[in-house]
Amino acid sequence: MSVPSVSVLPVAPLVPDPADSSSDCLRTLTRKDFQTEQEIRWCPGCGDYAILTQVQKALASLGVPRHRCVFVSGIGCSSRFPYYVNTYGFHGIHGRAPAIATGVKCANPNLSVWVVTGDGDGLSIGTNHLIHCLRRNLDVKVLLFNNRIYGLTKGQYSPTSEFGKRTKSSPLGTIEQPIRPVQTALAAQATFVARTIYADPNHLAQTLDAAARHRGAAFVEILQNCVVFNEGTFDNVAKRATAEESRILLQHGQPIRFGKDGRRALMVRNMEPEVVNLDTDRVAESDILVHNAQSTSPALAALLAELEPPRFPTALGVFRRVEQPTYDELLMGQIRDAQSKRGEVNLQKLLDAGTTWEVA
Amino acid sequence: MDPCCSDTGRELLELRQSTVRFAGDSGDGMQLVGSQFADLASLSGCSIRTIPDYPSEIRAPAGSLAGVSGYQLSFGDETTTPGDSPFVLVAMNPAALKVSLPDLQPGGIIILDADEFTTANLAKARYEANPLEDGSLEGYRLIPVAMTRLTEEATKPSGLEGSGRARCKNFFALGLTLWLYDQPMQPLLEWMMRKFRKNPAVMAANGASLRAGYNFANTNELLRVHYRVAPGKLPKGRYRRVTGNEAAALGLITAAARAGRPLVYAGYPITPASDILHELSARKEFDVRVIQCEDEIAAACAAIGASFAGAIGATGTSGPGLALKTEALGLAVMTELPLVVINVQRAGPSTGMPTKTEQADLLMALYGRHGEAPMPVLAPASPADCFDVVFDAVRIATRFMTPVMVLSDSFLANSAEAFRIPEVDRLADLRVPSPTRAMKDFAPYRRDPATLARPWAVPGTEGLEHRIGGLEKQDVTGVVTYDSENHRRMVELRARKIENIAQPIPEARAEGSDSGDLLVVGWGSTYGAIVAAVRQARQEGHSVAHLHLRHLNPLPRQTEQVLRCFRKILIPENNTGQLASVLRSQFALPVTSLSKVEGRPFLIRDIRNAIEESLRK
Amino acid sequence: MNAIASTPVSPSATSAAPAEERKPLTKKELAADHPTWCPGCGDFSVLALYFKLIEKRRLWHEKVVSVSGIGCSSRFPYFVQAHGAHYIHGRALPFASGISLTRPDLHVFVFSGDGDAFSIGGNHFTHTARKNIKMTLVVMDNEVYGLTKKQTSPTSPVGYKSKTDIWGAVDQPINPLKQAIAAGATFVARTTHTNPNHVLQMMEAALDHDGFSFIECLSECVEFYPGAFDAANPRKGGAFNLVPTDHDVTDELAAYRLAGAPAPGYFGLFYRVQRPTKNALEAKINADAQAKVVGLAPWQILAKSFERMK
Repeated sequence: MSVPSVSVLPVAPLVPDPADSSSDCLRTLTRKDFQTEQEIRWCPGCGDYAILTQVQKALASLGVPRHRCVFVSGIGCSSRFPYYVNTYGFHGIHGRAPAIATGVKCANPNLSVWVVTGDGDGLSIGTNHLIHCLRRNLDVKVLLFNNRIYGLTKGQYSPTSEFGKRTKSSPLGTIEQPIRPVQTALAAQATFVARTIYADPNHLAQTLDAAARHRGAAFVEILQNCVVFNEGTFDNVAKRATAEESRILLQHGQPIRFGKDGRRALMVRNMEPEVVNLDTDRVAESDILVHNAQSTSPALAALLAELEPPRFPTALGVFRRVEQPTYDELLMGQIRDAQSKRGEVNLQKLLDAGTTWEVA
Repeated sequence: MDPCCSDTGRELLELRQSTVRFAGDSGDGMQLVGSQFADLASLSGCSIRTIPDYPSEIRAPAGSLAGVSGYQLSFGDETTTPGDSPFVLVAMNPAALKVSLPDLQPGGIIILDADEFTTANLAKARYEANPLEDGSLEGYRLIPVAMTRLTEEATKPSGLEGSGRARCKNFFALGLTLWLYDQPMQPLLEWMMRKFRKNPAVMAANGASLRAGYNFANTNELLRVHYRVAPGKLPKGRYRRVTGNEAAALGLITAAARAGRPLVYAGYPITPASDILHELSARKEFDVRVIQCEDEIAAACAAIGASFAGAIGATGTSGPGLALKTEALGLAVMTELPLVVINVQRAGPSTGMPTKTEQADLLMALYGRHGEAPMPVLAPASPADCFDVVFDAVRIATRFMTPVMVLSDSFLANSAEAFRIPEVDRLADLRVPSPTRAMKDFAPYRRDPATLARPWAVPGTEGLEHRIGGLEKQDVTGVVTYDSENHRRMVELRARKIENIAQPIPEARAEGSDSGDLLVVGWGSTYGAIVAAVRQARQEGHSVAHLHLRHLNPLPRQTEQVLRCFRKILIPENNTGQLASVLRSQFALPVTSLSKVEGRPFLIRDIRNAIEESLRK
Repeated sequence: MNAIASTPVSPSATSAAPAEERKPLTKKELAADHPTWCPGCGDFSVLALYFKLIEKRRLWHEKVVSVSGIGCSSRFPYFVQAHGAHYIHGRALPFASGISLTRPDLHVFVFSGDGDAFSIGGNHFTHTARKNIKMTLVVMDNEVYGLTKKQTSPTSPVGYKSKTDIWGAVDQPINPLKQAIAAGATFVARTTHTNPNHVLQMMEAALDHDGFSFIECLSECVEFYPGAFDAANPRKGGAFNLVPTDHDVTDELAAYRLAGAPAPGYFGLFYRVQRPTKNALEAKINADAQAKVVGLAPWQILAKSFERMK
C-alpha cells in the first residue's frame, strides 16, 4: 500500500529517495519515457509542442522517477498538457490548478509537483490562487504559457493582450492595461521568477532545469505563439533574424549585454534604464548594470521585467532566485514539533479529553 | 460533603426535566458557567442539551441589548432539545432580563443581580421603568440578589484586585443555581483547581464566590423550594460534552486515523464553520494538515488535490462558501475522488443571518451542480451525531470514491450534548487499500464490480501513472473521449454507484409504530424536537410515529414503503419545504410541510401543535 | 433607463439645486446606523474622516456610493447616510466597477479589509487596478480576520498566533502596495488610523485622482490584534515616517522600493501616474460608435443592423 506515512520528512524533489528501488531510479530515463499514447490535440505549429518536448527532456535529465511526478493544470489549450506527460496528472478546473497542486503537495511533500497554466487560466480567473501559492512558497513549479490570447475559446483578448489589441471580444481594440506576469510573481514575493520562450530550446531547457532545482515556488513565464489566433505575437524575440537585438539573456552576476557580439548594454541612470552602445557611446565597462538574481529586494528584478519593446529588448532568464523555507517544509515541521511536544500520539486520549463521566 | 452546604430542610421537589438559562453581558462569563453547569448535570446522570446565544457583534457596548450573551440548557431523563422555555433565568443585568424574559415559562424563577439595576444600566437596556419596581415581573418568582456586592465581599481574602473580584460573580450565580438544583459543588471545585492552577488568586476568588452563592441560597429564605432533576437513561459508557463542530472535527481526525491516511483539511474562515478549522489546526500531532486557503474555491480544490495524492481530503464551509465550491464539487464527481464537504448551514440567501440556523441548503446539496452530478448527502441529527456522520461520510467517500456532503447547521454546530466516547479500536476499519504495481490490468476507471468504485491509485506508486481530469473519460481506460454512447454509460455508472450506497446503509424504519395516522418525517437538527413532540403525542394516545432520514441521498431502502403505511405525513423543516418537495416528487405522495424560517430551531411545542392540528383534520 | 445607459448624466443634471447653494453636509446628516464595531476599533476613525471628506469636499448624499464586501470593515456602508451596498465576500470591486462604468458622475468608494481585498478578493483587486476603473478603494488593514474571530489573514506577519495558527503563522504575508503597483494601479497610498489628518489628506488626494486609487489604511483590531501598529504610532513610542519628500511619485521602481521597507514602513503617496481610465476609454468607443449613427433613432439603428443580416 502506498500511503504517504506520517513520518516522512519532506525531501527536495530531486534528491533520489534511497528507499525507492523503483526501476525509474535504477536506469537512465529518456524523453520517450515521458511520452503518452494520448493523441496530441494542439494545432499544428503551436508553440506548446516545443515546450512539451523540452519539459519531457528536462524531466528525463533530472532523473525524477515518473511515479513521483504530478502535473496539475487548469483549463485552456496549455492545460491539456498533463494528458501528454507520462506521469501522474490532474486536469483540473479553470484557474484552480495552484489550489489543487497545494493539496497534492501537502498530502505528499515527496512528490515533484508541476502546475501548467496559461495567461487566461493563470492570470485572469486564477490570478489570486497563483499569487497566494507563490507567496506561501509552496514547493511547486509553475509554468505559465503566455500567448496573449484565449485560444481554446477561439480568440478573445486575454489579460496579457497588448493595449489596443483587436480580437473577437474587442473589435475596436482593448482598453485595458495588460497584467504583467513576471511583475505579478515578483510582487507576490515568489522566490524563483524566470521568463523564457518556446522558440529557443536551449534557453527553455536551462530555465526549466533551474526551476526544477529551486527549492520552493518557481514561476516561469514561457512566451508562446498561437498560430491560429495570435500568430507572431512574440516574433521579435522568437525569430532568429531579430532575436539577438531584441532580447537580453540574463545571467546572475554578469553585466547585462546583448546584441551582436554583446556590443549593446543596459545601464541605469536616475533609476531609469537605458540602452547603450558600447561602440559608439562613451561608457565604461563598470557602468553596465550587473544582474543580481539573489538580491533580497525584488526591485532590480522588477526593473528588468519592465523592459519592453519597442524601447527596450525583452529580458529572458532568471529574474529572481532566493532561498526561503517552503510552505510544505514549515507545515510538516509544525506537525513534527507538535508530535514531539505532545508526546505519543494517542487518539483515544484525544477523544477522552476534558471532563468525562461514566454512565453505568 | 462540606458541612455548611447541608440542606436546612426546605422542600425538595422531583422533576423529570428542567431548563435553565444563564444570561448576562458578553464579558460576564455566561458561556463558562453554563457549560460547567451542563457538566455537573451530566455528572449527576442527566442527559443534557445546550444552546448558546452569542451577540453577533464582536464586542457590543457593555450593558446593551445587542451585547447579551446567553447559555441555555435543558437536562433530565430524556432530554433531546435545549428546551422550549426556561424554568429558571439567571440574569446578570437589565439587558439580559429584557432579552430573555419573553422566553421564560409563566411562573418561572428569575434570579438576578440587583446591583446591576442602576438607572444607567436600565437606560442601556431601554427600560423606561425599573422592572423590579413596576410590577411587570408579577407572575414570576423573582429573586433579586446583590450579587456584585456579595461577591466582592466574599472574595476579599483572595488577594485579587477589586475589578477582578467583581468578575467572579458568575460563579456566585452558579453557586445559587447549584443549590437550587441540589447539585454538589465538589466536582466544580476540583475543576477549578485544574483550570486555574497557574493562578491561585483567581482560583481562590472563584471558589469563594461559588461557595458564597451556594451558601447564600442555602441560608437565605428567598428560595423556599429546590429541585432534583431525574437522571437520564443514557446507554452505558464513558461520556463527555461536545458541540457539533467539535464532534465533526474529532470525527474527521478519527476517521483519517482509522483509514491510515493523513487528513488534509482545507478551509477558509466562515461563520459558523470556523470552529472546525480551529479544532483541526490545534491537532497537528495527529498529522492533520490544515491549509487556510485564500478563498473557498481554493479550499475545495486543495482538498481534492490532497485526495488525489492519497490523503483524506476534507473541507468545511457554510452556504455562501458552498456556492463558491460548486464547480469543484462537479470536478470531484467527475474525477471520482473521495472528498468530505461539511456544510454548516446558516440562514440565507447570500450573507443572510450568519449566526442563525437554517436547513435551506438541502436542494443545493442534492442538485446544485451543473450536469448530472449525483453526490451522497448525509445529515447529523444532534451534536454528538456529527462525529458518527462525519465518520460515515469518510467511509462512503473512500469506499465508493465519491465526494460526500454532510449537512450540519448552526444549531448543531454550537449546541452541545453528551457524547458517548467510542473505543477507537472498536470503530470500523476504514482502510481502503490503494492499488500497487502488483495490481493486474490496472486502469484508472476499471471499477470494482461490487461498489462500482474506481481504483484509488495515488501518485508515488510506480507503474500506475495516469491522468485524470474534468473531461469525460472512456469507461475503464480513462482516456479523454466525447463518444456519445460512452457518455451515456458513464452518466449511468456514476448514478448507479451512488444509488448502490443504499445497500450497506440501514433500511428506513419508523420509530414508535410501523403504521398509523401520522408519520412525522425529519432530517438533520430537527431530530430532537420531533422525538420529544412525537413522544408526548404518543403518551397522550395519538397514533404518531417518527421517521428520521440520516441519508438524504440515496434515501434508505424501504423509505417509500414506510411512508405508505401512514395516513398522513408531516415534515418539519427549517426551510420552506425542501425535503417535502423531494419526497413528493420521488414518491408522488401527499405530504404536509411544517416550515420554520426564523433563524431559530423548532421548539417542541411548534411540532406538537402541528401534530395535533394535522390529526384533527 | 435608456438615457442613463447612453449618455452619462452630468453632475448638475440630477441635483435638486445647484451645488453652490447647498451647505456642506454635517456629520449628523451623514451618520446612519450606529457602528457595530468594538469600542476602540480603528475603523471608527476611517468613518469619521470619510464624513469629514464628504463635508470638506462638498459631496452630496445622492452622489456618493459606498460599497463593501464582507468583514468587520465592510459593515461601513450601513453607517453612511448615502447610497451604499454591503456586497458579497471579496466581490465589492466588480460591483463597484459596474456602478462606476454606468454612472461616471458618482463618487464610488469601496471599503474593504485585508481578508476581503487580498485573500478571497485578491484577483478582483489585481484586475480592477490594471483596468484603471475610476473609484477609490480604502482597505482597512488590521492584519487579522476579526469578524470570524481571529484567524490568520494574508497580511498577518509570520509568527502571528491565531486560532488557525496556534504555533504562529508560517505563510509569507502579502505586500499590498507592491501588489497594487505590479498590477498597474495608478494611485497607491498608505496611511494609518491613528493619524487623522493624514488619512484625510490621502482620501482627498484619492478623490482628486482620475482613475483607480488605492489606500491601504492600517486600522487596529483592538480585540484580536491590539498593538499591531504601535510601531507606526508616535504616541505609543513608534515612528510615523512620511514618504521622503524627494520621492518621485511617478517612479514605479522607487515606489516599489519604498513599499518594501520593513514595518512600520512609510506613509503617504507612493505612486501616482495618469493613464486613461477604462471609463474614459469605453465612453470614447461608445461615442465614436454613436457618431456613426448620429441622428438615427434606436429603432432605425436596429433596422439597419437587421438589414445587414439579410
